[in-house]
Amino acid sequence: MSAVTAARAATCVSVVAFAGTLLATTAVAHAQPPTMPDRFGIGRPATPAEIAAWDIDVRPDGVGLPPGSATQADGAPIFAARCAACHGKTGTEGPNDRLVGRLPNDAFPFGREASVPHTIGNYWPYATTVFDYIRRAMPPDAPGSLKDTEVYALTAYLLYLNELVPADAVIDAGSLPKVKMPARDRFVVSPRGGPNPKLVPKP
Amino acid sequence: MKVTRRDLLTGAAGVVALGTRDLARAQSPSPPAAAAADPSKVRGKPASALGQRAPSEKPQRLARGTSSQTPHQDLVGTITPSDLHFERHHGGVPAVDPKTYALLVHGMVDRPMMFTLAELKRFASVTRVSFLECSGNFNRNAPPETTPQQLAGLTSTSEWTGVPVATIFREVGVRPQATWFLAEGTDAAMLTRSIPVEKAMDDAMIAYAQNGEAIRPEQGYPARLLLPGWEGNASVKWLRRLELSDRPFMTREETSKYTDPLANDTARMFSFVMDARSLITSPSYPQTVTRGWIEISGIAWTGYGRIQRVDVSTDGGRTWTAARLQEPVLSKAHTRFRHLWNWDGSEAVIMSRAVDETGYVQPTRSVLAKERGPGAANYHSNPITAWVIRADGTVVYKPEPWA
Repeated sequence: MSAVTAARAATCVSVVAFAGTLLATTAVAHAQPPTMPDRFGIGRPATPAEIAAWDIDVRPDGVGLPPGSATQADGAPIFAARCAACHGKTGTEGPNDRLVGRLPNDAFPFGREASVPHTIGNYWPYATTVFDYIRRAMPPDAPGSLKDTEVYALTAYLLYLNELVPADAVIDAGSLPKVKMPARDRFVVSPRGGPNPKLVPKP
Repeated sequence: MKVTRRDLLTGAAGVVALGTRDLARAQSPSPPAAAAADPSKVRGKPASALGQRAPSEKPQRLARGTSSQTPHQDLVGTITPSDLHFERHHGGVPAVDPKTYALLVHGMVDRPMMFTLAELKRFASVTRVSFLECSGNFNRNAPPETTPQQLAGLTSTSEWTGVPVATIFREVGVRPQATWFLAEGTDAAMLTRSIPVEKAMDDAMIAYAQNGEAIRPEQGYPARLLLPGWEGNASVKWLRRLELSDRPFMTREETSKYTDPLANDTARMFSFVMDARSLITSPSYPQTVTRGWIEISGIAWTGYGRIQRVDVSTDGGRTWTAARLQEPVLSKAHTRFRHLWNWDGSEAVIMSRAVDETGYVQPTRSVLAKERGPGAANYHSNPITAWVIRADGTVVYKPEPWA
């Protein structure tokens, strides 16, 4: 062994010894990453007022419907002023979604016939959805601008035009969830890609 | 770096010929109007604060009011550039101030809470690649002159970063009886969907970043729900509220719109997961090809996890060969497939067929039509689609009857 080789060998030994020390040190320092806490303590409590201001949804059982009531007679002038330009004078002329129309025997031929328009009367399964959607999104030029009583009035008018309630029906938080929609039982939870059917309560 | 006249003059003989106007243009910070005849003989433009595409590259979304489509024929990888990610919105793209943005989580929880954007970003974060796809991503009546963009441009893939919904649900203490939650946007449609809590506990995310930077306004800035593999409509953008409940809310979108009428006079609802699909993006209309070796390339994806195989046929579906899949094959993300084909110059029909890790095979159009019926909505339509390579090298989409 030459002097140079011997020196290199000695260096290698010391490097190995040093590496061993380093390994031991890092093993201690990096033993366990912290586990995810149950709570981070980030965010702040929402006040009841904040929740009330934003919680505008309405469920099929009527939860979320506000005070107030109206009849179709209240809704007709509001529809003419705010809705007819897009949906037609009687809710059937368009140019946007056709809202009014029933089918003989409340048939549901939509898978078989592409030309049959989907309306509130022949397709929508829940009357509460009409109130919820108008209140949150209509009219598109001023969404969210209608008062709750105006939304009740429009809901009553559309249900009346679809022959789902009589002309004198008073629509409010008590009566709206009770309106039976013809297509309600046509809807099935998708067997592929849908949620556990047990999660969807029977109406 | 400043480009001096001396730099340019000492370059080479070709550069010396530059006139004064050319020199002024070379020194300006804007990119040159046209490529130099020999770019190695002209000093290039200096560094810039914000990059741009090469002037000759002009990929464009196809925008039509409430939606815009990704130009798949111009893309070759798996990630969709953020400015080409498809759009679909129901009340326009809202301008949300990140400083005043807040997310409310309430309902069947122990602690109703508000989170600012800064607070959402403080939670332990995750990053994943995921495709999004509008469930109406199909044009049943497309003519032969149809691009991949027009046929299936309502799907894109991004890398998303955010906080798992499960983390937020632990923070507020979701009660055991809560099985659904409402997700609501702060757009003009205040779009709402009901989502099973199971999905939140699986892989749902509140995403605030897309491809490494803040989400684009069109994709939900400053924060959106991301439900990997599910129909895009349910991944509510501009997310402002989550409400826990023991039942679905039956919103307009999930009852009157995103439901699938069937031939048996019923309609499916809550058909969340996007089934496996593939699409050849090259060659495709309006490309022209020449005889010889052609790399057939496309994307495949499935909401059920990973793409297991993509078969390619160059004889109209009589025989199929497994294409090469680009690794890594990521779950619920666009997967690039490629197949080498030596074209003999005679008219041919090429098509692709995806198989996902559940064993599901992408159906033919007639199988779908039989199940759904001739009047079925476009939602969740994922048929095998074909391109015709004509003898003159032009490529057109091959329309097929629905029923």
